[in-house]
Amino acid sequence: MKPIQSKEEYQAYVDDKTPNSPILKNCFNAFLVGGLICSIGQIIFEICKTRGVDESTSYTIVSMILVFCSAFLTSLNIFNKIGKFAGAGSLIPITGFANSIVSPAMEYKSEGYVMGVGAKMFTVAGPVLVYGISTSILVGIIYIIFNTQSLILV
Amino acid sequence: MDWYMILKAFIVGGALCIIAQILIDKTKLTPARILVAYVTIGAILGGLGWYKHLVDFAGCGATVPLTGFGNLLAKGAVSEVQSSGLVGAFTGGIKAASGGIAAAIFFGYIASLISKPKIKKQ
Repeated sequence: MKPIQSKEEYQAYVDDKTPNSPILKNCFNAFLVGGLICSIGQIIFEICKTRGVDESTSYTIVSMILVFCSAFLTSLNIFNKIGKFAGAGSLIPITGFANSIVSPAMEYKSEGYVMGVGAKMFTVAGPVLVYGISTSILVGIIYIIFNTQSLILV
Repeated sequence: MDWYMILKAFIVGGALCIIAQILIDKTKLTPARILVAYVTIGAILGGLGWYKHLVDFAGCGATVPLTGFGNLLAKGAVSEVQSSGLVGAFTGGIKAASGGIAAAIFFGYIASLISKPKIKKQ
């Protein structure tokens, strides 16, 4: 094999070697599973609503139930199989957030309960919380400065 | 049971997942970066007040994906600012999303305790 000189050559080599993932099929699977998770959430929401729970509490209950299911399916190694099939379909709903907490925690369990489970839980969830919370604080401060959601166009 | 709403949740939630799937397949973004991007975009859209319309339209189709988590953080910050000023910018976001965060940490910890550690074959 001739040596690779430039970055472009390397990129071409990588593109040549990596198999083309069937993007259409992946998208369909993601749509199916993602949609299914969201509609399960909506069904839970409707049940809460018929029992007279107010809207924001219902949304919280939906997240909690989905997080619970996802955490336990991950610990039983079922969620990873779903994830392989669904790709982003199981990643983007809040189930993926719970999965991203549990799976590194399981993997690093042998390193102990504090620095293993306790610390590695946040390898993916940590950045999500850091950026999410920081953005929300900035949003709050910007709201104080302009004192209006003046960018509401629709 | 509002079946029309459930259908809308299915379509919008699925569409958000398709966008992420295209990002995974077409770019070199790792799933962690996509999650961060989704939360940040959701928080920005929520702060602008635009995401609310998607929630009104699709219900859980908009709140269950991580953009909804970002929206919840931003919405909480804004409404807390209205009631208690600058401190609200810091307390509001997590307060609104506390249910999901606490559940994720608690159930995640319990689930990893009961799981059997397995040697991962690479």
